[in-house]
Amino acid sequence: MFPFNFEWIWDMGHVVFMGGLWYALTILGIGMTYCIIKAAMDASKDNGDPHH
Amino acid sequence: MDSALIPRGVKRCPLWQFLLFIGAAGIVLLWGVYAMFLCWFKGLNQTNMNDYYGFALWIWADLAVIAVGGGAFFTGLLRYIFGKDALKNIINYAVLIGFICYSSALLILAIDIGQPLRGWFIFWHANVHSMLTEVAFCLSCYFGVLTIEYIPLILENRQIDKVPFFHHLGHNMHEVMAVFAATGAFLSFFHQGSLGGVAGVLFGRPFAFREGIFIWPWTFFLFTWSAAACGPCFTILVTKITEKVVGKKLVKDNAIELLAKISGWMLLTYTIAKFIDTWYWVTVLAPSQGFTLMDFYSNNPLYGIWILITEIAICGLVPAAILITPKGRKNPVALWIAISLAVVGVCLNRWVMVLQIMAVPVMTFDNWVMYLPSWQEVATTILPGAYGVILIAISYRYLPVFPNEAELNPMEPLPAEEAEEKSVEPSVDLEPELTPAEA
Repeated sequence: MFPFNFEWIWDMGHVVFMGGLWYALTILGIGMTYCIIKAAMDASKDNGDPHH
Repeated sequence: MDSALIPRGVKRCPLWQFLLFIGAAGIVLLWGVYAMFLCWFKGLNQTNMNDYYGFALWIWADLAVIAVGGGAFFTGLLRYIFGKDALKNIINYAVLIGFICYSSALLILAIDIGQPLRGWFIFWHANVHSMLTEVAFCLSCYFGVLTIEYIPLILENRQIDKVPFFHHLGHNMHEVMAVFAATGAFLSFFHQGSLGGVAGVLFGRPFAFREGIFIWPWTFFLFTWSAAACGPCFTILVTKITEKVVGKKLVKDNAIELLAKISGWMLLTYTIAKFIDTWYWVTVLAPSQGFTLMDFYSNNPLYGIWILITEIAICGLVPAAILITPKGRKNPVALWIAISLAVVGVCLNRWVMVLQIMAVPVMTFDNWVMYLPSWQEVATTILPGAYGVILIAISYRYLPVFPNEAELNPMEPLPAEEAEEKSVEPSVDLEPELTPAEA
């Protein structure tokens, strides 16, 4: 649920519950995005030998 | 045939034997899947749920697998946040067991909601006044964390690791694993707790109702505590069972002993806290609501006073006493007994907190009603077990789950290879006074 949904109410319950969910998902999303982008860059730097 | 996929330096059974094993577990799995589809297509009338029992057997199984799956978050916390390096030898397996437990828990919930296609409603139309919403959020997110922790292990497969991108991805994920582990510990703390909190806030059920801090009843903390105490015991238990099945030592003793020691102290402190909670409930809380202790127990097969004694004394104090003493946890038989009792204890606790709560009569016209699950409930409860066995077997065969396996089990050359070597160099090192066979 997002703040722009019709069910959304600006109260403590919604902010804490949904804020916590999006906070956790954001950490996981940023972490994985970082790993994937860095892996792509590292792989492109490799000259066919992944083990260094 | 599949030798190119098997990790280096370790030995695995022939492929036909492996497939036979997977096939046997697969039959049980299919039985559970059939029951699952019956529940989805025909509805929850396939269960023996009634007005007394609004939770089927699988909800007990759900809480139990979540509790024993707590070994993943607690071991991850100890390894990545508190820096207990000895646990690096068992963390892979703890993650795998946690992954199986949490995917099973989500599968069970998918069966329980009856219409899994509407599973996303809990995220989009969230009831923010329900502890179960928090459970659903944290459970789903933590399953994501476990998946992220399991992926690097898959990427370490011999063939996958040859692909540069996957090799670097696995390496990078290891580097930031502490962030994921910390997030997982945070999520686990709340969903384990909220499962206990659901019972503790039931003010209409004096058997379960507890006071607490702010919005959290004491059961919230007891559930998290018990999962952190008994989850690692389940990890050790599954490791020991795996070692028996494959006939090899897979994890060094120092990792097992450290985990057993921490688990023992957690279990001891939990048991003391549980005892205080029970004492306060018996002497203050329940009498204030007009109940005595024996109103909550009956001389029936399922809910006698024995269940309380078994849970706290036999499955709490006894394993804790064994695990906190070096002599106890170093003795293989005592260790087996302790970890088995701890796992039974936490499962028994979840049984009480799910089923006995609903069985205890609260109205004057109520009776003790027994519960006999239908075969569909039994099959769907066994289903996660079969799934777990299959996933463990596949992971063990193709992934480097146990980093010490090669070191602990040095491979001896096969007799054929040995003979071949001898035929190539027949008498170079033979001592003259010995015959070839003796040499």
